[in-house]
Amino acid sequence: MLAYLVAVWLLLIGLYGVITSRHLVHLVLCLGVMQASTYVLLLAIGWRIDAQAPIYVDIPPRARVVDPVVQALTLTDVVVEATVVAVLLALSVQAHKRFGTCDPDALGALRG
Amino acid sequence: MSVAPLAVLVPVLTATLLAATSPVARRRVAGVVAVVAAIATAALCVATLVQARGGTIVVWFGGWTPRGGAAVGIDFAVDPVGAALAVFVAVLGVAALVMCIELIQVEDHLFDAIALVFIAAMVGFCMTGDIFDLFVFFELMSVCAYVLVGYEIRQRAPLEGSLTFAITNSIGSILLLCGISLLYGRTGALNLAQMGRALAEGPADGLVVVAYALVAGGLLVKAAAVPFHFWTADAYAVAPTPVGLLLGGAFSELGLYGLARVHWTVFHDVLAPHEAKVRAILVGLGLLTALVGAVMCCAQHHLKRLLAFATISHVGLFLVGIGLLSADGLAGAAVWIVGDGLVKAALFACVGILNDRFATVEEAELHGRGRELRGIGVLFCLGALAVASLPPFGPFVGKTLVEDAALKGGYAWVAAVMVVVSALTGGALLRVGLRVFFGRGRPAPRDAYSAGSDDERGGEDHEGEASLTRVSPLLWGPAVALVLASLAWGLWPGLVDAAGRGAERFVGTTAYANAVLRGMPLPAVASPLHGPGATGLLYAAASVLGAVGVALAAAAGIRERAPRAGLRALDGLRALHSGRPGDYAAFTAAGVALLGGLLALAIG
Repeated sequence: MLAYLVAVWLLLIGLYGVITSRHLVHLVLCLGVMQASTYVLLLAIGWRIDAQAPIYVDIPPRARVVDPVVQALTLTDVVVEATVVAVLLALSVQAHKRFGTCDPDALGALRG
Repeated sequence: MSVAPLAVLVPVLTATLLAATSPVARRRVAGVVAVVAAIATAALCVATLVQARGGTIVVWFGGWTPRGGAAVGIDFAVDPVGAALAVFVAVLGVAALVMCIELIQVEDHLFDAIALVFIAAMVGFCMTGDIFDLFVFFELMSVCAYVLVGYEIRQRAPLEGSLTFAITNSIGSILLLCGISLLYGRTGALNLAQMGRALAEGPADGLVVVAYALVAGGLLVKAAAVPFHFWTADAYAVAPTPVGLLLGGAFSELGLYGLARVHWTVFHDVLAPHEAKVRAILVGLGLLTALVGAVMCCAQHHLKRLLAFATISHVGLFLVGIGLLSADGLAGAAVWIVGDGLVKAALFACVGILNDRFATVEEAELHGRGRELRGIGVLFCLGALAVASLPPFGPFVGKTLVEDAALKGGYAWVAAVMVVVSALTGGALLRVGLRVFFGRGRPAPRDAYSAGSDDERGGEDHEGEASLTRVSPLLWGPAVALVLASLAWGLWPGLVDAAGRGAERFVGTTAYANAVLRGMPLPAVASPLHGPGATGLLYAAASVLGAVGVALAAAAGIRERAPRAGLRALDGLRALHSGRPGDYAAFTAAGVALLGGLLALAIG
């Protein structure tokens, strides 16, 4: 139960950060916090009390294990989100290099 | 064995090849290779479509077929609607890549490689039968789109557009993934069919409501429904024209396809008792999107931005078609999406030609300068009228079908709103055509919003000396071909029947699940639809005349005589589109919360 609350908390606090951010790198990292909430949520869904890691090399085949599917999903998710963060950080670096600002509020060439 | 997986594999492998040979091969060669790969993809999609007409194609990767009705592997499940959409995406991809050869002046081949991966991801999105794969393809196409939009990174506007786009859409995909996680927690399944089965056994409780709001919200961010639409205009307005063509023609619509697919395979059975209220919510959201998009479209003087808002308003209309939650509405939306997407892609291409020649897409600066491009002008105006559902173009058939479905579903007044929206968007486009290509009416006023940012204009590569030569056939060729394709789509005699049967198959939740999980043959379906009737022609006439009226009034400068309060309201609406990613994130979150709240109220 606690894990679900943590997931919700990470999602909301990350969203708050994205909305109020004054620096692009900060904003991208807040997005990373939101992404972390999906990892926590996925792992929490697969968790079982008193269960082991789902590696059947050295445990009996009938042992209680946590759900391996969500772990695979989390790994995929980490890869996907890392790509997104990399692209966003690259764009932020370009913004700083070319226009000398990292303030998202200074972005305003596109309006209306 | 089906060729469906090859339609994803071919463009991805070609993209890898292009990226690997980037340092040694010539760009021109790479461009041609990319076009050939896109044509091969389109051919494979057509082959898939032909096969899918016989029965839903189910491909289990690695031979992991379901055991006892439970999916253990990952599948492609392609039905006619998905396959047709894949063909449409691939065809637009061919047109875009042909234009890339002429328009994108970069040294390396990564642009073509990324564009191919973009196409592959969209095709995969149309074909997958697994909700997590749906998410992965969704992310893949998003990341490619971020990069393609921001490719011209030396300019300020593309960089900003790409940033806003990436931030807003990442939030959307995070919400989507949260929804998927909740559904997995409830059902223990990731296969769409199995998930729907398992969900239907439980109650329609809070978890279902939250999951639906999260999944629908995530997909509607992509689809650019109000209030998730803010990023769209910023991104589409700065994207290089070929990319804009793909985005405006197919990208948003894929979000709607995803929503429709997930709705019918996963949520349909569990929400069946509450269908009327869900329908009201979706139709309401669609109409709001359509109206906001249409009004904003009329207010724009930046041509690509104007096209972006035209896209948004039409996404709203498609959402109405899908939101009617009937096979008829879905068939109409599908026909309309393809017909409208082809025309809109052609309009993007025309704007690309203008930008290439005059290095600006501001209506005021282009006034009358397009006279030398008479042919393109005629094409543009024809396209504008087709958007306003001029018979017998594709959009006319689709719009008529959606109107009929609305009448049948007890939403007769929706048809009237649709006429107004079509007239406004078509009229705004026609106004541009008359002013730019024929010099009619007063020049557009300087726009307060775009005046402050000079570098917004010329959002892509253009070469000054090109303006003296004739327009390259690589540019006008795709535009003409796309308009003709839309005409052919509207005139194709078997279209209505095929769409009707495809839609019946699409909404047949149980038959889909049986085909996927147990390999059972599909029951035969009949199409109850018939082609456009007298009412359809009447509505179309109203739309087209309305569009002409709007265009003439706008070109004559009705803006100066408009009531002060109306203008102030319009300014308020435009001010909401502030270009700040934080604001857009807030609107997205509020939208999902609103959607969840409305659903919770409806289901009670």
